[in-house]
Amino acid sequence: MAEKKIKILVGKPGLDGHDRGAKVTALALRDAGMEVIYTGLHQTIEQIVRTAVQEAVDVIGLSIMSGAHLPICKKLQEMMKAEGIQDIPVAVGGVIPKRDIPKLNEMGIGGVFPGGTTFDDIIAGIQDLVS
Amino acid sequence: MGVAKYVKNEKGAIEEVIYQSGIRVKPVYTPQDLVEVGFDYEKDLGDPGQYPFTRSLHPQGYRSRAWTTRQYTGFGTSQETNKRFKMMIAHGQTGLNVAFDLPTQMGYDSDDPKVVGEVGRVGMAVDSLRDFEIAFADIPLDHIGSGLTINAVASIMLAMYQAVAEKSGYPKEKISATPQNDILKEMIGRGAWIYPVEDAVRLVGDSIEYSVKELPRCNPVSICGYHIRESGATPAQEIACAFEIAKAYMDNVIERGMAAEDFVGRFSFNFNVFGNLWEQIAKFRAARKLWAKMLREEYGIEDKKKLFLRGLFGGGGSGLTKDQPENNIMRGAFYALGAALSGAQTTALCSFDEAYTIPTPRAALLSLRTLEILMDEVGLRDTVDPLAGSYFIETLTKKMEEKILEEMKQIQEIGGMVHAVETGFIQRKVARQAYEYEKGVQDGKYIKVGVNKYADEVEDQTDVELHEYNEEWVDQQLSGLKELRRTRGDREVTRTLKELEKGTRAGKNVMPLLVDCCRAYATVGEMAGVFRDLFGEWEEPNLF
Repeated sequence: MAEKKIKILVGKPGLDGHDRGAKVTALALRDAGMEVIYTGLHQTIEQIVRTAVQEAVDVIGLSIMSGAHLPICKKLQEMMKAEGIQDIPVAVGGVIPKRDIPKLNEMGIGGVFPGGTTFDDIIAGIQDLVS
Repeated sequence: MGVAKYVKNEKGAIEEVIYQSGIRVKPVYTPQDLVEVGFDYEKDLGDPGQYPFTRSLHPQGYRSRAWTTRQYTGFGTSQETNKRFKMMIAHGQTGLNVAFDLPTQMGYDSDDPKVVGEVGRVGMAVDSLRDFEIAFADIPLDHIGSGLTINAVASIMLAMYQAVAEKSGYPKEKISATPQNDILKEMIGRGAWIYPVEDAVRLVGDSIEYSVKELPRCNPVSICGYHIRESGATPAQEIACAFEIAKAYMDNVIERGMAAEDFVGRFSFNFNVFGNLWEQIAKFRAARKLWAKMLREEYGIEDKKKLFLRGLFGGGGSGLTKDQPENNIMRGAFYALGAALSGAQTTALCSFDEAYTIPTPRAALLSLRTLEILMDEVGLRDTVDPLAGSYFIETLTKKMEEKILEEMKQIQEIGGMVHAVETGFIQRKVARQAYEYEKGVQDGKYIKVGVNKYADEVEDQTDVELHEYNEEWVDQQLSGLKELRRTRGDREVTRTLKELEKGTRAGKNVMPLLVDCCRAYATVGEMAGVFRDLFGEWEEPNLF
């Protein structure tokens, strides 16, 4: 039996516009058989959470290159709680120093994929998060 | 083996080499190759300093003048940035290259609710002229030129630069600023856009027109193939896109009744240096020639100096890796060598720690030293265009020229660059290529040392000293902004902003109005807000 197709939101929160990582990852996830909702640039956390609810996604993936991953993820978790969707797993990729990974995990970010993570590892990581 | 495609036989010998731009490279080149590509010294090269400038813009190249170095600098507050500026100048840097934080780049004040954790993060925070006064304090603006790396609100920053210079006693005729101001490339590659395409291009046109009339030493636009390449374009596409973007801006200004020869000499370019060494060198030589040829043949420009492809050839960020970061020091040196062998006029180098964070002072200084070693120590100033006449390089330069022209033709056929950006044609293409390239690196098709080859050593990221983001700077910035709002003359702010709104609506050139707003200490968010209200925001075409 075919597994259910994973529906993932790939979002670029905040003001940063470096979207090569988000775009190539979106293409890789799609090639891996996932349904990808790409939000485009300059999304507020509010917009991302709204899209996640509307599209009933299985997982939220954020690409953050500006170094602001900690405050952005904190705000995301708060908003998700407020919307009652805190059960949706979250993955974050981008320019993320190693020392911040435990902090992100503690916050409840299940998947952290710093620059240089292979597509295979990202795909497997996302599959893990939803299963 | 980097970004070219290499096909090997079972013994490991290379059988085929294909460059990113699609050029096949032979194992041996001879005079016969020059005959086959129709190489002609006078027509294809000319002497250095002679049309079509393939060899160099200047007859003596680096003998008369070494390149200008402009490391990208700026972070936190204007105080911190001022300190770093002074350090770089003390170490021999001859121009500034200013980095702005994201709120500033996107036209928001530091206290805007849309701003989450981004104040002073990737560049300096600028809310008003007050920040510029601090950042440029004691910098001799009459002989240090500044690149302002900002696009969507470049017109505002150029106006502010004029205002700060005048306040420090430098007349506007003396200052030399190069705002990046290339909004079309932001829409393709770097993402710091605000307004819809047409309105955004109008602002670019306004600043070009104003500079020509009022700021004789400013180069109002720096067209960046650089970021398009970082986003996944091939070297040939990088040049092709930049030239088609330049034409879009030229058209806008020509429609105002100005002649191309009145302003095109002020255009400068920003190109990338990572990748295959030979392909980069051929790219730069071909680009100098094509630009001059295009301006002469299509725009009828005769004045030699107005045919120059001026600009910064440097950076190389996408070639750097997060794994084994110290290898990036070597990569940077080789990329810079390529730039020097191409006769780069101005250069800068990404620092080895940039895959982690913005550079530490140590890393920034290492990059500067790398550039200085090339000029002062190993002989790059000895003779101009040392590779000229090489069977290989000349054949490759001719082939690169063809590839660039092919890519330009594609853009023209779909209706020019504005249309190509509005429809997402270019964005889709480069995103797909970036994906194919990443897959290639992950499959081992493209070799990156320390990533997919010789990656066995255990890497510890703590080896890289990280630039620290200081939360206190945010508080400092916010309290400064609060203080400004309390103490500035509100009446003058309101008046100048109202004038800006009226003038923008009436289709006037916004630049003098922006200078007035800056002088009155209107904030970046307020000025950008006037445009936001009138123009709205761009909606990206759907790419997937």
